[in-house]
Amino acid sequence: MSTVQTSMPVPAARVDTPSLWMRLKTNRNWVALWFMLPAAAFLIVFLAYPLFLGVWMSFTDERIGRTGVFVGLENYQWLWDDSIFWLSVFNTLLYTIVASAFKFAIGLYLALLLNEHMPFKAMIRSIVLIPFIVPTVLSAIAFWWIYDSQFSIISWSLIKLGLIDHNINFLGDTSWARGSVIFANIWRGVPFVAITLLAGLQTVSPSLYEAATLDGATSWQRFRFITYPLLTPIIAVVMTFSVLFTFTDFQLIWALTRGGPVNATHLMATLSYQRGIISGRLGEGAAIATAMIPFLAAAIAISWFGMQRRKWQQGSNND
Amino acid sequence: MTDSVLPSKVPTAAQSDDSEGMSYLESLPRRLVTLYLPLFVILIVLLFPFYWMALTSIKPDEQLIDMDKFNPFWVVHPTFKHISKLLFETQYPRWLWNTMYVAVGATTLSIFASVLAAYAIVRLRFKGADTVGVLIFFAYLVPPSILFIPLASVIQAYGLFDSPLSLILVYPTLLIPFSTWLLMGYFKTIPYELEECALIDGASRWQILVKIILPLAIPGLISAFIFSFTLCWNEFIYALTFLQSTPNKTVPVAIVNEFVDGDIYKWGSLMAGALVGSLPLVILYAFFVEHYVSAMTGAVKE
Repeated sequence: MSTVQTSMPVPAARVDTPSLWMRLKTNRNWVALWFMLPAAAFLIVFLAYPLFLGVWMSFTDERIGRTGVFVGLENYQWLWDDSIFWLSVFNTLLYTIVASAFKFAIGLYLALLLNEHMPFKAMIRSIVLIPFIVPTVLSAIAFWWIYDSQFSIISWSLIKLGLIDHNINFLGDTSWARGSVIFANIWRGVPFVAITLLAGLQTVSPSLYEAATLDGATSWQRFRFITYPLLTPIIAVVMTFSVLFTFTDFQLIWALTRGGPVNATHLMATLSYQRGIISGRLGEGAAIATAMIPFLAAAIAISWFGMQRRKWQQGSNND
Repeated sequence: MTDSVLPSKVPTAAQSDDSEGMSYLESLPRRLVTLYLPLFVILIVLLFPFYWMALTSIKPDEQLIDMDKFNPFWVVHPTFKHISKLLFETQYPRWLWNTMYVAVGATTLSIFASVLAAYAIVRLRFKGADTVGVLIFFAYLVPPSILFIPLASVIQAYGLFDSPLSLILVYPTLLIPFSTWLLMGYFKTIPYELEECALIDGASRWQILVKIILPLAIPGLISAFIFSFTLCWNEFIYALTFLQSTPNKTVPVAIVNEFVDGDIYKWGSLMAGALVGSLPLVILYAFFVEHYVSAMTGAVKE
């Protein structure tokens, strides 16, 4: 394009120069701008701008009903000495690590089971996904009832089986409450992990397993040396999503315990809501939310490396 | 449901085994222990909360709290009292309508914006298209939990507080990144030649998009639409933060806030509310299972 020799006499005004309107309509970059405009507008106004606004608000003492002034790191210093904040960080990490580990283990196991040939395969696969379809809050409400201190069906069954002699206070005791919300989160997250890993499993050629079996590989060796390496890229992506959404979880906790008992299940997101919206200290709430960003950035960095290693999947990795 | 599925599996398993790869190496008893039993247990655990939800919503109150006289796993005289109370004595229909209105509005806006963006990124190949694609992927990773406080003040500044319109405008930030990536995958599979023919025939980019690309990408559009709809229905923290007055609430927020009083008999109507709120999505899911799965896996793979 730019290599045309300038010494040649340029034919002056060969065609009439396209009007501005024509250029806006046909130039590829301009057309693309129009096409990108609606999506970009939404994402800039309601995502990028609030993201920066949130970081800014964490440096102010803004409250509901009045604008704040810049107070530097005061919110963070305040949080640094706040044992409840550190408890929420601990809870969030515990919740994320335990729930994600179980989601991965059970999800992978379920995916391997669903990958077997069996009757009603399609129907079973679609049933598995139902917990993922139903809104989290509504299934959390069902768990709330299952975990009820007086009428819990789990306590009732265990008493009838003679394993315990009094009701378990699922959501009233700190350890039980943590375990209960983690279980509900695992329950909700397993279908997503299982179905996405299943999609990855289906791309693995059966002839690899046949060849390995002829060579005398055990089923564990087939899993370890065929399934797992081929599945690694999709595992990386799925688990990053899973970790990200578990780390920032809000609705399950809010529906089940609202952070109680004695803050034992407060996650950073619920604490941020409690301080920011309910108590009205927007600046402090924003500081808690901003404190989540480094963790998320770490998770996204891991995701990025996972994406780099997925070239086997699509082929068109750089268009 | 699963109870009736399992017994019928066993006899047919042997027949289908003959033609299925290496599975003939495994005997039926072995498959029972290593495959069907664990699968059965997992399915029971996954489905039990829904069974319990449905059962509770049709149980009379006295059976709910007397677990000694009545077997809690079954219902003796089912009643529709809770459901009718829910529909006629509370504002539940109004909340359902709000949820539907917000979900349809936000989904439609998002699909419109995503189709244009995905087409521009995949096919117009403008300067920086790759960068824009990556940025949109990052937008997918920004969770609502770190945005709701600043967004609340943005919404307040625009005078949209306590209005469902605020949700219609905010939800696209969750839906556009996802739908754009999904649709980019679909658009990539459509051959360039079709577009080139149309360009030679004098079609504009808009005509190409509407008359050639979109009809070929209908499965992708359905996937994006129903998945976005489900995400809207599921969203909680924005709705909880932005909506204050009772009649404006969406179903998830209203269930958590409006039913929770000290009443020991709340459980029937609470479960009925959860059940009725889940049904539209489950029905939609039943019709479009394949699209859901491809939406979920497509967005992750891309």
